[in-house]
Amino acid sequence: MTSPATNGASAPAISVRDLVKNFGEVRAVRGVNFEVAMGEVFGFLGPNGAGKTTTINMLCTLATPTSGQAAVAGHDVATERDDVRRNIGLVFQDPTLDGYLTAAQNLQLHAELYGVQSDLVQARMRQVMEMVGLWDRKDSVVGTFSGGMRRRLEIARGLMHSPRVLFLDEPTIGLDPQTRRSIWTYIRELKEREEITIFMTTHYMDEAEWCDRIAIMDHGEIVALDSPGALKAGIGTDRVTIHTDDNDAAIAALQRQFEIEAKVSEGAVTFGVPAGEEFVPRLFAEFEMPIRSVSVSRPTLDDVFMSYTGTTIRDAEEDQSKHRNRVMMQMMTGGRR
Amino acid sequence: MSTTTDTQTQSATEATASGTPIVRVSVPQRSMRSELRAIKIVWRRELIRYRADRLRMVTTLVQPFLFLFVLGSGLQSVAAAGTHGVNLKTFIYPGILCIAVMFTAMFSAASIVWDREFGFLREMMVAPVRRSSIVIGKCFGGASVACIQGIVIIAIGPLVHVPYNVVLILEVFFLQLLLAFSITAFGVMVAARIKQMQSFMGVMQMIVTPMFFISGALFPVAGLATWLAILNRLDPLTYAVDPMRRAVFSHINVSHAAQQALNSGVTWFGWRVPTALEIAMIVILGLVMLGVAIWEFSATD
Repeated sequence: MTSPATNGASAPAISVRDLVKNFGEVRAVRGVNFEVAMGEVFGFLGPNGAGKTTTINMLCTLATPTSGQAAVAGHDVATERDDVRRNIGLVFQDPTLDGYLTAAQNLQLHAELYGVQSDLVQARMRQVMEMVGLWDRKDSVVGTFSGGMRRRLEIARGLMHSPRVLFLDEPTIGLDPQTRRSIWTYIRELKEREEITIFMTTHYMDEAEWCDRIAIMDHGEIVALDSPGALKAGIGTDRVTIHTDDNDAAIAALQRQFEIEAKVSEGAVTFGVPAGEEFVPRLFAEFEMPIRSVSVSRPTLDDVFMSYTGTTIRDAEEDQSKHRNRVMMQMMTGGRR
Repeated sequence: MSTTTDTQTQSATEATASGTPIVRVSVPQRSMRSELRAIKIVWRRELIRYRADRLRMVTTLVQPFLFLFVLGSGLQSVAAAGTHGVNLKTFIYPGILCIAVMFTAMFSAASIVWDREFGFLREMMVAPVRRSSIVIGKCFGGASVACIQGIVIIAIGPLVHVPYNVVLILEVFFLQLLLAFSITAFGVMVAARIKQMQSFMGVMQMIVTPMFFISGALFPVAGLATWLAILNRLDPLTYAVDPMRRAVFSHINVSHAAQQALNSGVTWFGWRVPTALEIAMIVILGLVMLGVAIWEFSATD
């Protein structure tokens, strides 16, 4: 089930219908549909090259859709670009700060470009910078900042004009685990403090867990869309792993006794059952072979991704990078001839 | 809350705990005022960056100084016969006043390519203001920075026998401002198409260096070989160097013969092009290039 954070009566923060983007022959986004409710943290999950950034660019008016419609904060992204821009904050995958200016100057510049009321600029600046813990560094030149500090400053800048929707394109990419965690703390806190909708892309499975709802994107299409819990529940099975002395005999016995298809993985027998905890006592009571150990695990988003795309997110990316390397090698060696 | 020991996280949580009221701002509808504010901030950014980049202040002055003092002094003995007693440095000084702002303006325009490479251009492009405001701010910024450099060259006038004179300084400054604006507009126009720094500098070098040499910044434009005279009259920079030279020569004491030989002015089929027309050409050309630059930036996604 979907679970928008605020009441369902309010207009959606983002609504997308049959959105398509082609780059020449390449069909980057192939007709996606979704709605994001006000106040929701909505995640786009998928491997690099799945079409996440292209979709976000269309929603931010940075790219024109080939066909289909999208509205952000009630304004059409193709025909009301200015209205969309006034209502959104952006944190891009690549840094977009001016390294020659100080942190405060970067934010000031942003406020001026967006026409923020002059008498409120200082107070707002202090607020957003305190939130990301950079107020004491406001007069430092951004060129001296670490990657994590820059990302935090970009988030602060994206909030400078009190946007209704904040877009975060891979906000934690390339950051160490501790900084990633603190950025997530800011994002959750932000959601509590300001009336804001957050739309983000990520390819970290563990981060997708933080979202209210996630859309899994693969090859330009949304293959699943729901809350992380519902997506995992939708897989329907828990994974049970048992260690026995004779794996082949155990598999045969499982088939005979419980009609379960099991297989050997990493030296243990594993199989899926609808309710793992309830099955284990039965297994111990009825199974004809001795069991040395047993473990039950809930499905993870990795399993969800696997079940919808037939591959793990890591494999999907490795395939792509292999392809890229091959193309690059061909270019360097003058092609295969 | 989080168990992280990160101090930033802690301070952020404290801020929430203390319950500071949220400062909520709003972004107004686009208006003339917001566009002017955007132009002003883009312009100011150029000045802030210029102030931060001390190396650039020095490096962009190297070339004009080389031309003026090394070339000017070195060729003095060879040129003496033809200058009617005017020091060669004095003669090429107006040309140097032009190229000093030219090179600086070019570097200012180049910053748009840097901005693209470092992503900052995107920050400006998604703001709810017209692209034209960004481009205009950029051109004003480039022109301002170039004029600050130009002041240095104005200041060294007495070293090449050009005395300080309020009218002359104002004239020179005004001409430098127009030239710097037009060159920045030209650079921004080129930068809209060229995405890489190396190619941009290459293209600019390829265009600006011949323009500078052909313009007559370093030689009198009367009595040139026909092919060079044609190129000279086609070179837009000619019409910036000529008024600059007229301004300087009207404030120094030189013989009539020297005026004739060195400051004969640009002619079209024997007709001396008036200063007002020359200035109008620079301004119109600058505005046209600004228009193209705006169009190019508005057209990009």
